[in-house]
Amino acid sequence: MNIMSEAAVEKALEQKMSDAHFKMVGKDVSVYYGEKRALFDVNLNVRKNTVTALIGPSGCGKSTFLRTLNRMNDTIEGCRVTGSITLDNADVYDQSVDVVELRARVGMVFQKPNPFPKSIYENIAYGPRIHGLARSKADFDEVVENSLQKAGLFNEVKDRLHEPGTGLSGGQQQRLCIARAIAVGPEVILMDEPCSALDPIATAKVEELIHELRTNFTIVIVTHSMQQAARVSQRTAMFHLGNLVEENDTDKMFTNPDDQRTQDYIMGRFG
Amino acid sequence: MSGYLLITLALAALVMTFVGSARARATQNGASEKTHSRPIYHGLNAAIWTGVPAFIFFLLWLVGQSSVINQLVIASFPGSESLDATAKSLILSEVRQVAAGNIFKEPTPEIQAAVAHLKSLQQLSSVAIIAVVAAAMAIGAFLGYRVIGNRFRARHSVERSVTYFMMFSSLVAIVTTLGIISSLVFEAIQFFSKVPVTEFLFGLRWEPQIAIRADQVAGQGAFGVIPVLFGTFVISGIAMIVAVPTGILSAIYLTEYSDKRFRAVVKPLLEILAGVPTVVYGFFAVLTVAPAVRSLGLSLGIDASPNSALAAGAVMGVMIIPFISSLSDDALASVPRAMREGSYALGATKGETIRKVLLPAALPGIVGGVLLALSRAVGETMIVVMAAGLIAKMTVNPFDAVTTVTVQIVTLLIGDSEFDNPKTLAAFALGLILFIVTLILNLIALRTVRKYREKY
Repeated sequence: MNIMSEAAVEKALEQKMSDAHFKMVGKDVSVYYGEKRALFDVNLNVRKNTVTALIGPSGCGKSTFLRTLNRMNDTIEGCRVTGSITLDNADVYDQSVDVVELRARVGMVFQKPNPFPKSIYENIAYGPRIHGLARSKADFDEVVENSLQKAGLFNEVKDRLHEPGTGLSGGQQQRLCIARAIAVGPEVILMDEPCSALDPIATAKVEELIHELRTNFTIVIVTHSMQQAARVSQRTAMFHLGNLVEENDTDKMFTNPDDQRTQDYIMGRFG
Repeated sequence: MSGYLLITLALAALVMTFVGSARARATQNGASEKTHSRPIYHGLNAAIWTGVPAFIFFLLWLVGQSSVINQLVIASFPGSESLDATAKSLILSEVRQVAAGNIFKEPTPEIQAAVAHLKSLQQLSSVAIIAVVAAAMAIGAFLGYRVIGNRFRARHSVERSVTYFMMFSSLVAIVTTLGIISSLVFEAIQFFSKVPVTEFLFGLRWEPQIAIRADQVAGQGAFGVIPVLFGTFVISGIAMIVAVPTGILSAIYLTEYSDKRFRAVVKPLLEILAGVPTVVYGFFAVLTVAPAVRSLGLSLGIDASPNSALAAGAVMGVMIIPFISSLSDDALASVPRAMREGSYALGATKGETIRKVLLPAALPGIVGGVLLALSRAVGETMIVVMAAGLIAKMTVNPFDAVTTVTVQIVTLLIGDSEFDNPKTLAAFALGLILFIVTLILNLIALRTVRKYREKY
């Protein structure tokens, strides 16, 4: 009886916490690809203005979880999601939610830089244009410049805004993709191994950028690099075989994790 | 006779493959140092040396022998120095007819002597080629066999030969095209010596019904190509209006919207359309579509003729849908998934993604399909012969009958015709024009694509 009430109190407390700090809340999230189950009842909360890193060995379900947050899994045939995910307490899988609106609020950056085969300017203007966020040429110019400034790319490309985005270097392309996501004015940015195709210098730039973006956005990043998770994130979640093993402050996670599996993975014993 | 020679050649090469690799294996067995090439390469090399030079001699003989023999026969013909080219070729064809046993009248003694000369030359030539080929074969086989050794780089030698063979294959298409062009140009020049180029290119009347004999009653004849080209463009234009939207929209539906089962059924069916013989489309146009178009025109109060540009153009449009839809489908499907995801992740809808990302990225492929379809439409013959009409009229009224370049080529070449008559030669000039027009269309489209393509 006593224990029950304690659990109830904890639950109430957690509810309050989610109201206050949690931008997105995942509850009992399971994902199936056809018959195969890829995620097992994951409970993970994403805090506001925080960088949350998702780590774990390949195939552990971290990217799958990331893609449930803006329903990118919808584009994969045979993919089914159960459980609930909320964004500011509203269920993103609710019938009434327009997935287009959701993705405007929860942007995404992919593993491989994928700029559209258009000019740098048009790459950034694409999102504002389809969402009607800008009208006049001046508005567009401003959005493009702002986004590029925030992505720390403006000075490098200001003289060639009308050249193809595909002509940039890999690191610049990735920052262009981040700028493109920013231009829509999202609240959350999801990043799926954004630096895995980049060299160390470009990686450093993108990491610095992630650090700065935290003040305006909530960021969830999937990474294979433990050092990267330690460098850029405040919270870290460890996945293994489709289960969430542990979620903790990054500092604690890398010095004194609660779970043996986390310890082993971080020490490089598997993965 | 040549057949046996070729079979012998192939057999010899085959035998040399085995002999060569057997010898290579034997040499390698006792060798202390490492061998360079595997035995099969030594065998293949021996086969190539045996077969290829002999085959080249054989080809040269096939190409050259008859003209050389002709020269010799005519040179020994009494009084040939004073004859002109036409007379010479007449004599030659008579000699060859007689030699083949087709005797229509008793040949003159001169001809008979020439026939005997021809026969002896032919016999000599066939003996000579057997000797030459056999010698080339023997020398090649001997060298190819002797060269086998541990350090001989047979693999390199074989690979070089294969490279040359591939180069030769790629040249075949080009050389054939050049041949086609030169034959067109040659006949067209003859035409232009009878009808001025300017009259042909800028004339507004096309009435090729001129007298081919002095006693015939016929028109004066006019060879202005403009009305014919105009008709071609009207019909092709109608065809493209039908086919381009249909083809591209069906491609978009099939790649982006339809479920797999629907696609699996519809795509092959669409491609069957491309396999329907054009003469069948012609039936359809003339028996079904043309009357329907005519009654439509009459009900609209337009004077519609039984053959109409609209009927031919619409059916032609249906014919070329598969080219556009199939190639656009491939182009859309090959746009990387990352492009779609990037667009969706920004909150773009499916329609926006297709219009703003997929179509621009797939543009080169789509334009390629449209172009192929356009060349098919411009060059299409059977449907227009059956359904479009023969009168060269400059009109944009789709219910009227028009004629096309291909239709005119067919009508000009059908029936009794002489090859020194402008009416017949006009067909070649038309062919040349058609060729140039499609070439220009292709060039324009290539430039357009290069300018607007969005490379991913």
